[in-house]
Amino acid sequence: MSDAPSPLDADGVARALDEALAAVAAAADLDALKQVRIAHSGEKSPLALANRAIGGLDPADKAAAGKLVGQARGRLGAALKQRQEELEAERDAAVLRTEAVDLTVPVQRARAGARHPLDTLMDRVADFFTSMGWEIAEGPEVEHEWFNFDALNFKPDHPARQMQDTFYVEGEGGEDPHLVLRTHTSPVQARTLLDRGVPVYVACPGKVFRTDELDATHTPVFHQVEGLAVDKGLTMAHLTGTLDHFARAMFGPEARTRLRPSFFPFTEPSAEMDLWFPQKKGGPGWIEWGGCGMVNPNVLRACGIDPEVYSGFAFGMGIERTLMLQHGIEDMHDMVEADVRFSLGLAGGQL
Amino acid sequence: MPYVPIEWLRDHVEVPAGTTAAGLAADLVRVGLEEEAIVPAAVTGPLVVGRVLSVVPEEQKNGKTINWCRVDVGPEHNADDVDGEGPGRGIVCGAHNFGVGDAVVVALPGAVLPGDFAIASRKTYGHISDGMICSERELGLGEDHGGIMVLEDPPAPGTDAIGLLGLGEEVLEINVTPDRGYCFSMRGVAREYSHSTGAAFTDRALELAARAPGATAGGFGVELADDAPIHGAPGCDRFVARVVRGVDPNAPTPAWMSTRLRQAGMRPISLAVDVTNYVMLDLGQPLHAYDLATLHAPIVVRRARPGERMTTLDDVDRALDAEDLLITDSPDGPGSRPIGVAGVMGGAETEVGSGTTDVLIEAAHFDPVSIARTARRHRLPSEASKRFERGVDPRLQAAAAQRAVELLVELGGGVADDEAVTDVDRTTPPAPIELDTQLASRLVGVDYTDEQVVETLRSVGAEVSDVPTDDAPSGRHAARVSRVLVTPPSWRPDLVEPTDLVEEVVRLRGYDQVPSVLPQAPAGTGLTLRQRRRRRVADLLADAGLVQVLTYPFVGASRHDALGLPADDPRRRAVRLRNPLAQDAPLMRTSLLDTLLEAAVRNVGRGSTDLAIYEIGSVTRPTGPLSSSPLPPPGRLPEPADLEAVRAAVPPQPLRLAAVLVGEAVPAGPGTEARAYDAADAVALVRDVARELGAAVHVANDPDHAPWHPGRCARVTTADGALVGHAGELAPRVVAELGLPPRAVALEIDLGLLLDAAPDRPRQVRGLSTFPLAKEDIALVVPADVPAGEVLDVVTAAAGEVAEEVRLFDVYTGANLPEGTKSLAFALRLRGDRTLTGEETAAVRDAVVRAAGERFGATLRA
Repeated sequence: MSDAPSPLDADGVARALDEALAAVAAAADLDALKQVRIAHSGEKSPLALANRAIGGLDPADKAAAGKLVGQARGRLGAALKQRQEELEAERDAAVLRTEAVDLTVPVQRARAGARHPLDTLMDRVADFFTSMGWEIAEGPEVEHEWFNFDALNFKPDHPARQMQDTFYVEGEGGEDPHLVLRTHTSPVQARTLLDRGVPVYVACPGKVFRTDELDATHTPVFHQVEGLAVDKGLTMAHLTGTLDHFARAMFGPEARTRLRPSFFPFTEPSAEMDLWFPQKKGGPGWIEWGGCGMVNPNVLRACGIDPEVYSGFAFGMGIERTLMLQHGIEDMHDMVEADVRFSLGLAGGQL
Repeated sequence: MPYVPIEWLRDHVEVPAGTTAAGLAADLVRVGLEEEAIVPAAVTGPLVVGRVLSVVPEEQKNGKTINWCRVDVGPEHNADDVDGEGPGRGIVCGAHNFGVGDAVVVALPGAVLPGDFAIASRKTYGHISDGMICSERELGLGEDHGGIMVLEDPPAPGTDAIGLLGLGEEVLEINVTPDRGYCFSMRGVAREYSHSTGAAFTDRALELAARAPGATAGGFGVELADDAPIHGAPGCDRFVARVVRGVDPNAPTPAWMSTRLRQAGMRPISLAVDVTNYVMLDLGQPLHAYDLATLHAPIVVRRARPGERMTTLDDVDRALDAEDLLITDSPDGPGSRPIGVAGVMGGAETEVGSGTTDVLIEAAHFDPVSIARTARRHRLPSEASKRFERGVDPRLQAAAAQRAVELLVELGGGVADDEAVTDVDRTTPPAPIELDTQLASRLVGVDYTDEQVVETLRSVGAEVSDVPTDDAPSGRHAARVSRVLVTPPSWRPDLVEPTDLVEEVVRLRGYDQVPSVLPQAPAGTGLTLRQRRRRRVADLLADAGLVQVLTYPFVGASRHDALGLPADDPRRRAVRLRNPLAQDAPLMRTSLLDTLLEAAVRNVGRGSTDLAIYEIGSVTRPTGPLSSSPLPPPGRLPEPADLEAVRAAVPPQPLRLAAVLVGEAVPAGPGTEARAYDAADAVALVRDVARELGAAVHVANDPDHAPWHPGRCARVTTADGALVGHAGELAPRVVAELGLPPRAVALEIDLGLLLDAAPDRPRQVRGLSTFPLAKEDIALVVPADVPAGEVLDVVTAAAGEVAEEVRLFDVYTGANLPEGTKSLAFALRLRGDRTLTGEETAAVRDAVVRAAGERFGATLRA
């Protein structure tokens, strides 16, 4: 370090400043910069001493000397400040580097749960129908035979009554309580018409029962969604429109449906509804999705509604079948055996 | 369900050449006859007629003699004459019932016989056998394996034998809905095929009926004597009997008929029986053939008498029900001997047998309800009962009997006895239906003209006429409403209402004509509060790490034993099924844990040993023994009292929620310690559900509720004391019995009750205070057996409205505390509508200590 220059010695002051700036630039960390600050702008530093010497100058020289030394000190101060900030930022960055953790390590602090896909599908179906202004109706699973069959125009001895393999409830001591496990969600039609009257637009997702052994395509306990609309002026075209809209909601905008003649005691005309299924095994084709038709006048009569004034349509689809089609599920066992892997594997699938 | 061989169908309707079974299925499905299956061709590949040129017996070392044959299989298939033996093929055959010059059926290499039996050229017994000479059984034509099949009147060698024997036809099996009994016949299916395609249809019944002779005085006596008609419908309203004499009992059933019977899924038996079955399949009228020599006139059709029995054709001695309709004859007075269960199955004593030469053919019409009940009662679903219970054409009997007679004459060498013709006919013609011709347009949403409607109904066989002018509506509607009288054809008993006719119109004019129009429902209000809450609970539990499952509701009483339920526990009162799938699970569950625990066991067994599952579903809780309830008739509104009784007969089915927690709640991982589920988790879940619903619940310890651990079971009630459910650790004995890992935890609550307990009006709240918070910690020493929950309740009440939160943050026992006591430490967050002074917070503390002291003898911990 040079001695303190005279405050009038422009070259000397410049030399001292250059030396100071070089030292600032060379300071590698905050400690070094502190030493540079003491040496080049501390009380004993050449520029400080030169500044102090201004006081002993002729008054005529003081202004020039003040300007010379003051500018030098100003530039040094700015350089120190800038370097200080740089070094502080470097130090902070280094600290954060040491705090780094590997966040690719999977951490499970809470268990993952899931709704059952059939239940969430029924939620979605309910949302679809409520979005059209329909309401969601419910009914009991252990049901009276009258609601399950007779109210729906199943005659007591007609073969149609045997089409649906029915679980019957045993009475006490030979009594016949006329109870069954409902074979379809259709008894909710009669309950709805009796309880709500007309006009009515309801859907009913729910559990139904048939005496089928469990295999890849059958299960004794499964789910359906029933739809029922009774109003003045409803036609089969309205049935078709509702089914088309529903099919697109479930299977995408390309979905197509077709009706073909069939028979159900509680609808007339009756139809099976087929869905065009591009992913069908063995090539695209029609697959059966549900049954439907115009509500049979006898059903309306059984519920005290005048079929001369009101007409309606009804339909029912299998929830299991819908889920199987949506997800390519091939075996019924997976859906009904309460294996958690099934629900977890389809978590979020119905959103 | 019926099979539809195309060749047979062609007897009734013009099916274009080249039509496949799949094509036929596509045509029929449009009119409502669905494909059930397509039965593949029995034989594929080269199967030809051959003429035996030479037979050389060769004895083998095993003592067996085989025949080395040379067979002429036609120029197209014969091998070149290389060895000087003449053209033909060399075939080894083990049978000996044929000789040189006989015509046989030869399966050539490449043919596939029934049972996937592929024929190839193979080396055997020192020769190259270049095909197979076939037996009937190998071709699937019969059981006869005694020898190979020798053809009578054969066509030239090389002729295709698949077509000759009817072995190459794929056969469509269709599914007929219960309203269309007439489609259980070729005649009915052909009519529908004609509707679908426009092909020309010939009703064979018309020409047969025209040929049938009228009833004669010498007809076999028949009396219709039903003294107990069901619903007022006589059990039998038509009975045609015909006699054929001198039938050769050894006359074989011709191959064409055997083939058709087999294609239709029936087994050929004997000519007389085969003829009756064939005519039934062809026309739809079940027939019965009796050995006339065994019959004693008159035949009486009557209900069974109490205690009466008979042996049916299947050699089963059956106890008859007084409602069963019988065919009887009169060896010991009129109607003394049952000879058939009407419309279901004939009797053994009068059946045609190997010595029968004179045959009586019965063609009758029975009440569908009566036949259905009898067939079900005796578990005898026969081909005949299947047709009768769906309704048989009441105009068909004479025609069908005529056809059977003609076949017995033609094939059995018999003579029709035209002096013995019986036709007792008490049928009534179908009632006409008055139809507004525009009803179809209004109900379907397609504009059908009146002409289209009338034309369509006529095409299905209905007669359509104008409504007599006296009945036509008059006044201002008369001009706009066009009404007609429609008399349905005799084979369509399903057509009774105007809407039935509408279905015919839309069915035959095409369902694809119906446009797609989305109806506009009145504005709705979305899900109900209860539905929204149920869904929220389902989501909450999934968010809490549980997996929702669904289980079958079937259980056995042993499950209740395994759960340790006391003998008088209401959960043992279950609905029992009359026809359960599994005999050991005949009951409907009364709690979800009945079946959910089984699901837990299955999951653990499959390796999911850290498990948290839940189910939301209903259980059945009958309130008492299930007694009889009324069953009002269909088609009209029941009397109010009956409807009320119907509703009341349905047992309560509360909606419940259950969960089972097993193993680790949190697995060990980097930076995470493992934690096992414990009883508190189950209780916390119940509290979470209640809080989410806004329902206030109270938790108490319950030392006595199976299947829970007596020291680790919480009983949850609503604010007004109704039982919500239980939560905690399962009893060790139950866990061991079920095979669950130790310390399994479970909860079950009445979710429906909790949903209803929650307020249905929006909660009213006060504004949030922004004055400073004062914190106060209070440790109370209480006797060790005082439940912490009760202390918390007292502390919370004593702290009053100024307490924003009262939290139990520590339970301590041990050093520095008197024997038999514990310390409960509470953290209070106090805030008022102004800054609380030191005196005010001290007053809260004093009030808490005083209340706890009065109630539990609690003291402030030093």
